[in-house]
Amino acid sequence: MTRYLAKRLGYYAVLLVAAVFLAYALSCAALGPRAYFEAKQPRPSAAAVDRQLTALNINDRTPVVERFATWADGLLLHADLGRTIHNTPVNEEFGRRIWVSLRLLLIGSLLGMLLGVAGGAWSAVRQYRLSDRALTLLSFVLLSTPVFLVALLLKNGAIAAKDAAGHEVIPFTGYETPNLAGGLGAHLADWGLHLLLPTLSLALGGLATYSRYQRSTMLDVLGSDYLRTAEAKGLTRNRALLKHGLRTAVIPMSTMFAYSFLGIFTGAAFTETIFGWHGMGEWFIQAVNEQDINAVVAVNLFAAVVVLAAGFLADVLHAALDPRVRY
Amino acid sequence: MTATALPETAAPAPAADRAPAGRLRLVAGRLAASRGVVVGAAVLLLLFLLAFLGPHLTPWDYATPHYGQIRRPPSAEHWFGTNGIGQDVFAQTVRGLQKSLVIGLLVAVLSTGLASLVGACAGYFGGWTDRLLMFLVDLMLIFPGFLVIAIVSPRLRGTGWLAFVLLLALFNWMITARVVRSMTRSLREREFVVAARFMGVGAFRIIWRHVLPNVSSFLIIDATIAVGGAVMSEAALSYFGFGVRAPDVSLGTLLAAGTADAPVFPWLFYFAAALLVLFVLAVNLVGDGLRDALDPTAEVGRRSARLARAARTPAGGAPADGPTDDDPGTPAARTRRSTT
Repeated sequence: MTRYLAKRLGYYAVLLVAAVFLAYALSCAALGPRAYFEAKQPRPSAAAVDRQLTALNINDRTPVVERFATWADGLLLHADLGRTIHNTPVNEEFGRRIWVSLRLLLIGSLLGMLLGVAGGAWSAVRQYRLSDRALTLLSFVLLSTPVFLVALLLKNGAIAAKDAAGHEVIPFTGYETPNLAGGLGAHLADWGLHLLLPTLSLALGGLATYSRYQRSTMLDVLGSDYLRTAEAKGLTRNRALLKHGLRTAVIPMSTMFAYSFLGIFTGAAFTETIFGWHGMGEWFIQAVNEQDINAVVAVNLFAAVVVLAAGFLADVLHAALDPRVRY
Repeated sequence: MTATALPETAAPAPAADRAPAGRLRLVAGRLAASRGVVVGAAVLLLLFLLAFLGPHLTPWDYATPHYGQIRRPPSAEHWFGTNGIGQDVFAQTVRGLQKSLVIGLLVAVLSTGLASLVGACAGYFGGWTDRLLMFLVDLMLIFPGFLVIAIVSPRLRGTGWLAFVLLLALFNWMITARVVRSMTRSLREREFVVAARFMGVGAFRIIWRHVLPNVSSFLIIDATIAVGGAVMSEAALSYFGFGVRAPDVSLGTLLAAGTADAPVFPWLFYFAAALLVLFVLAVNLVGDGLRDALDPTAEVGRRSARLARAARTPAGGAPADGPTDDDPGTPAARTRRSTT
């Protein structure tokens, strides 16, 4: 199993390098920082623009491969992601925003997965009962609603609640109350409340997707011989379901987890923008509009690492749960 | 496609053609018996009628502002009210719906076509073709399509929405291609394909006449669901200014324009939002029904068939790509939520 995982890790490393180079080349080709500087008032001279671009390593007159080499050199030797178009270090912004995003991404995706697996399994056991039908309907509606719309609806709900109550019931902007007085407890409660709506926007999508798949894999397992055997040998129904049923039914979910992270990441970008979180997604949208190549590449790097980490985690999970995986 | 060409009617046919006719009737019967499909198809039909006939039902034009009638609530005159510069929201909504539907359909056809081409080639030729194509798929799957489309989109300013369609299709085929590939790999060893190969039929001819018809059920289902996914992606990208741009309107641009006003002037937001959800929901209902109807291993009476299900591939929500896919590439995915 270790060899299998090592092989996967090697493959992912190759993919990561290729993908980052492509992202770099694409950003250089599509974004135009030169135009950004030339549009400044008062208009700088051509030589000044050139000097500025070269200093930031985003001069389009330098070959892309050369710029990439400089950038990769800085990243590998000094863990330096370059400078933003405002001539501030990308690292600083990156370090500030990464925790904001990871908090949302991790809690949102894990909560969505847990709720989805639990809901789907429960739904399968109670197939065609009212609760199963209700959950099916709910997940169909959620699957048909884009994440940004879920987020907007939640936000509008919070605004309506605020207007009705006269004060903010559930916060819907930012990730903390600025200048909050009080101790650690008050701060934690404040964090939790701010997390509620953005996390929910992400988790609801996960709940819908996972519960559909979990329901169908669980239904397959429910009719299996080994589950009947386990019961015949004296396990209670619930124990058999948990130990033999759920474990088998969860295996395909581990592969879904990897891919769902693609969607979750995009969803988080929308959610951050809508709820005013200063995370990676919001930074990305801002950076594209500002033609900020180094910032765009940094977010791409983050996305690629997150997606590949999720893929690797799925491999580990798959190998741990499924004894047939012994490449 | 002659291998599985389905006669439209049950007119007296040569014996060889009778079996496909039976399958067509079987599928049609299953579809008609499914409440989800009937409701979904009816809603889709209504929405298409609304999108294409709607502009002729109202005297108002979607683009002309009327500064004397700003932010009027829905009334007999303006069915969905008017917006901040006095444009008729009904005219805008049906126009946006039309654009979103067209984009969704085009993207689905293009991306499923591309997926079947790449997947079938990778699966059929194997070896280095396979390895290269699958590396490409893995590479493209690393980045959320949204990131790439957003980066490229400023360059496309002024090229119109068709370029946007191509871009959406270009980042929406990879997972389907994986599934087609693994289906092709098992088809490649089947007798009729081997026989064709030994008779000297060319590779692309075999793919076109023997492989693709045999994965067509999956492709039909996938394309259907992709329409919903594409409409959602379009809306999300347009919402953030990376998709359809003025003077074109789509559901996404309407939602973007209405967001700030939603709490006070709900008609600027909720009509477009409701139509978007309704459309995707209808597509998903039809797609789910198609999956049940076209799946050759599905049993007809589904209610009492828990045992029969055990023999199926993970069913209900999944095409026939097993969870333990034989390829050591990225694990088999059976989802298609695309860039949203």
